[in-house]
Amino acid sequence: MQMSEPIIGIAGVRKSFGRTTALDGLSMQVAEGAVAALLGPNGAGKTTLVRILATLLVPDAGQVTVAGIDVVRRPVAVRGVIGLAGQHAAVDQTLTGRENLVMVARLYRLSAAQARRRSEEVLERLSLTSAADRPVRTYSGGMRRRLDVGASLVGQPRILLLDEPSTGLDPAARLELWSFLRGLVAQGTTILLTTQQLEEADHLADAVTIIDHGALVTEGTPAQLKAGLGYETIEVALADPAQLPQAARLLESLAEESPGIDGLAARISFRAPPAAKPLPSAVRLLDRAGIAVEDVTARRPSLDDVFLSVLGRTAGGEIPAGDGIADARPA
Amino acid sequence: MTRTITGTDRLPVGALLSDTVVIARRNLTRTRRTPQTAVAAVTSPILFLVLMRLVFAGSIHVPATTYVDYLVPAMLIQNVVFGGLQSATGLALDVNAGLIDRFRSLPTPAAAPLAGRSVSDLALQLLAAVLATAAGIAVGFRFHAGALSCLLGAGLLILISLSLFWLFAALGIVTRNPETIQSTTPVFFLFLFVSNAFIPVATLPRWLQGFAGNQPVSVFNSALRALTQGPGVALALGHDTTYLVIATVAWCAGIAVVSAAATLRFYKRM
Repeated sequence: MQMSEPIIGIAGVRKSFGRTTALDGLSMQVAEGAVAALLGPNGAGKTTLVRILATLLVPDAGQVTVAGIDVVRRPVAVRGVIGLAGQHAAVDQTLTGRENLVMVARLYRLSAAQARRRSEEVLERLSLTSAADRPVRTYSGGMRRRLDVGASLVGQPRILLLDEPSTGLDPAARLELWSFLRGLVAQGTTILLTTQQLEEADHLADAVTIIDHGALVTEGTPAQLKAGLGYETIEVALADPAQLPQAARLLESLAEESPGIDGLAARISFRAPPAAKPLPSAVRLLDRAGIAVEDVTARRPSLDDVFLSVLGRTAGGEIPAGDGIADARPA
Repeated sequence: MTRTITGTDRLPVGALLSDTVVIARRNLTRTRRTPQTAVAAVTSPILFLVLMRLVFAGSIHVPATTYVDYLVPAMLIQNVVFGGLQSATGLALDVNAGLIDRFRSLPTPAAAPLAGRSVSDLALQLLAAVLATAAGIAVGFRFHAGALSCLLGAGLLILISLSLFWLFAALGIVTRNPETIQSTTPVFFLFLFVSNAFIPVATLPRWLQGFAGNQPVSVFNSALRALTQGPGVALALGHDTTYLVIATVAWCAGIAVVSAAATLRFYKRM
């Protein structure tokens, strides 16, 4: 990637809390105007990194710059160019949406008149104008989250830091937030967001950085990361679960590793290189053996697969389902 | 692809003042919309005062003045301490709601969110003080000193509130937990009750008298009594007015400087 002038530069940053190492020499860069997703399981160090970028925490070692400004030496200058939306919607529940925005705008050093104007603009962009004068506690979770992101926008920051922005949102609210964020990027704002949802990174990000235990695991565009895997996942559903073992033995010849069996759903899944044309081959093999197939699908590698493969968290033979890391991580 | 540095390292001179006002207004708007806590805080001193007056006035004898005149200044100081616990709780709730993180990520002076809280809570405490004094007057309290002296007393009360605030701010920021703050109440009760607030120190066991007579709450009580009841009362209680005012200012300065420095340090590093 071309990152001659990164708007966020992180080099060898370390941070420990007591004996817990949150960040262990992490380095990464974000290009101006990009959406960078920081992906990792709970405790990977995502929030710690965001808090360092937002000048809320001072790293133990390493260098961190935002818009070319050192976050440790010049925190006040950094605060003028960033907007932060943390893990919980940090808005005052008893104030109205408008009052929240005006307050934050004032603290961004806008005059009272400017603050009112900016708040009005942001409310409009957030489609919150009709709810603007209602107390925030009457808002839905999605509205509250949008207001929270909006509060970090009234200062027109060049860099928006979002810590798990869609946590607690229903699917519709999440889509709404995503389209709003894409609009911001179109206007030139750089976004760094953390997420545990691979789907979110896949949808929004130009660059994905996977971290675990405070260190870089891998990085690249979603396409690069998926291409690096070089296989398809084939899922076959059988009509008769009793035939599962026989089918699995047959499909083993196509698979890179032994197929996973889901007895309850009467499904088998396996990975194979695309060159082997695994889908038609599987259907042919099963058909010849007289095994009735209900359904068969081929799935291009998803970021889930990338995540699971680079973190080595796939339990052998388990179907790498597409519903998040939490399920795939041993408790 | 610019590297222009749009930020500035130094906030404008008026930033602390204007942002303190912004935060104080936000707190007061909050209080107006959810007045339950504030109403309880503002009215409970009245109840307490009237009860104390009815129950103890007959049995506790204080030198040179009536019990209600002795009691009301101490109730005003007690108000400040209870108000301070509310401030600590308010800050802890702001920390938990993520609002303090929000403020810390904005180009606003670190002291502004704290100073804003001290100003809004001072306003509530002054309201409580006025109501408690009015209730006191209804049950026999009178000012026996000149207007100037009483005004000085009011000024001193404001100074005490603004100074103790920083102690409670540290409590709120460090504990970040309303329940933990609640659990520290006995410590403050110790200072409020092992003092000259409700009884003359001379009636206490000898080994307690040294602490009870000289700890800050007692000094504050005596100073307010001296300024509202006249120097004769102060002398009967053991000190002259000048000494009490200077001692109060000194305690306030000491508490404010040490705890404001600690609070700001915690705030910046939390």
